[in-house]
Amino acid sequence: MSAEARPKPRPRLKPRVRPAPAPVAPSAETARLRDSLPRAGWRVVAAKEFGDHLLSVRFIVLLLVLGLAAAIPLYFAADQIRAAAPQASGAAAVFLALFTLGSEDISILRVDTFVGIVAPLLGLAFAFDAVNGERSEGTLPRLLAQPIHRDDVINGKFAAGMAVIGLVLVSVVVLIAGFGMLRLGIVPHPQEVLRLAGWVAVTFLYVAVWLAFGLLLSVLVRRAATAALIGFGVWLLITIFGELITTLIGGLLAPAADASVDTLLGSYQLQQLITRLLPSTLYGEISVVLLNPSVTQVSTPATIGQLQQAQQQIPTLLSLDQSLLLVWPHVVALVALAVVCFAGAYVSFMRQEVRA
Amino acid sequence: MTGVETSTPQKRSTNVEPVIRTRGLTKHYGSLTAVDNLDLAVYPGEIFGLLGQNGAGKTTTILMLLGLTEPTSGEARVMGLDPAREPRLVKRRVGYLPDAVGFYGGLTGRQNLRYTARLNGLRGEGAEGAIQDVLVQVGLDDRADDLVETYSRGMRQRLGIADALVKSPDVLILDEPTTAIDPLGVAEILDLLRTLVHERGLAILLSSHLLTQVQSVCDRIGIFAAGRLVGQGTVDELAATFGDGSATLEVGLELVDDAQVARASEVLGGLAGVESVVPPTDGQGAWRLIVRPAAAEAGVRQEVLVAAVEHGLHLTTLRPIVPSLDDIYRSAILRRAA
Repeated sequence: MSAEARPKPRPRLKPRVRPAPAPVAPSAETARLRDSLPRAGWRVVAAKEFGDHLLSVRFIVLLLVLGLAAAIPLYFAADQIRAAAPQASGAAAVFLALFTLGSEDISILRVDTFVGIVAPLLGLAFAFDAVNGERSEGTLPRLLAQPIHRDDVINGKFAAGMAVIGLVLVSVVVLIAGFGMLRLGIVPHPQEVLRLAGWVAVTFLYVAVWLAFGLLLSVLVRRAATAALIGFGVWLLITIFGELITTLIGGLLAPAADASVDTLLGSYQLQQLITRLLPSTLYGEISVVLLNPSVTQVSTPATIGQLQQAQQQIPTLLSLDQSLLLVWPHVVALVALAVVCFAGAYVSFMRQEVRA
Repeated sequence: MTGVETSTPQKRSTNVEPVIRTRGLTKHYGSLTAVDNLDLAVYPGEIFGLLGQNGAGKTTTILMLLGLTEPTSGEARVMGLDPAREPRLVKRRVGYLPDAVGFYGGLTGRQNLRYTARLNGLRGEGAEGAIQDVLVQVGLDDRADDLVETYSRGMRQRLGIADALVKSPDVLILDEPTTAIDPLGVAEILDLLRTLVHERGLAILLSSHLLTQVQSVCDRIGIFAAGRLVGQGTVDELAATFGDGSATLEVGLELVDDAQVARASEVLGGLAGVESVVPPTDGQGAWRLIVRPAAAEAGVRQEVLVAAVEHGLHLTTLRPIVPSLDDIYRSAILRRAA
């Protein structure tokens, strides 16, 4: 741990030979300054970073990208809802269909899928140069020479990133909802509002995972450009090639054609486990369950009995708490992932020497 | 200390507490010893220069004084506080200008300083007043609302000093404050430092590898080599410690013919205390007298005057040559190596 950490007894590596100078009684001046030390240095850092983010070009670009990512599928969704509205009157969750419907020809053209693809970019963009940028600009030693705790720097930067992301997400979702209400005349049911809020919260969490990952890169990788490249490489790998890779592994593990139903089910479960190692899968599953109350299960049935049960099930709508229960493990996994990434960034930042 | 005399000028009575004091301060990076058993004292109202080559341990020492890196052993006291235990209080009272200081290019000079002020718990009217004051002091008030990315290197350095001053520190620690600055800018910065000591009465610790600048601005100097302080004191004291025990006098004479040159050589060489005479190489320049011991230099000067009158030599100049810090530095490093 560096000397910057919260005050703690310093281990004496060698016995002190010379007697210590008489302890100087804290003067009135020192006591006054002790009182004037900023109580929450992270807030000062966060406020400055937040202001920087809002004025940055990347904020405007990302807002546009995310806005487009939402607007294009929304256009198709609106068409479909309009067409289906007469017979769907009284159907559940018409309002949420704005987020889950899309083009009939292109399956990924849906708001939830698009946001799932673009959201990681949002997280990475506000973090990849957080620490290494300060280092290469030469502002880090100056910042650390101010009377704040060292972790105030990284906490403040993380908090500012979260605030900006929250702002972007909420404004985009409010825009979509507003569009739905104005153009299509659909008024959301209170349950739907809650589901939407839940979905926004989970999206926020998913972006936080990527923000923490970006922060980790910015601490570990000296050059911001390299950190950005690694971050976007990982994003590409997971969102585009993730499915490809897991399908490949699934294919290798697939049982023979004449295998029993039990073996087949076991194999499916294994494949599902593999895909769930990816945060994008976790988020996708949560997203589907939260936005669609008719989805009643996320996992492959484990036994033939369960399989038959599922087939005979009468279609029902889940209440929000039931849906949440269904994806609770996923949410916990995402939280854990975010915590691990942030802890990694935190610890390595605290241990780093001020000088490169 | 390593067998080097530490002397404190007489004017500092024993009741003045040093603002910076280290005892046996040591820092290892793996097997490398960056700072080795350092004893240092800086008093209020003085400019102390840490002089040493790149990699001699100057910056590491400064980082330990600020609590930015932890000493392997030994201890430091800044304003009576232990930087390793109370880094925030120390950093509240010490202004620091890092080597190759950087600013947020997208913010104006004033905004950069405002951020620093907030990090120091200063807000509102008081903070704005302090920011304006330091901007005026470093001569940047007319450019304060321009983006820092439009600043020249010298302006950034002055902004760095303003940044260190915003918190009204008791001590200023400047790491290589004049590196990569043009000569005019250097003169401005050195003038500024002198003014600061005068007006605010703060103590300044500055590190540099530029000998002449250190010599011109510092009251006392510590010479650093390979993590050790090999000498500490005023330029005169260092000269006494590290000189070879001789002093040099420059004598300018107006000589018309070779006979006079021979005579002058004979007269000057015959003076008591003069070890050797170095005639001017081109016949026009000044003669150099090497005097040993160095203390006899003042007496020899009198003798030269008397002898010039007695022998009818036309004296044009007569002055002692102060040993430059370069000479001292070289001899200190050599002595350390030996």
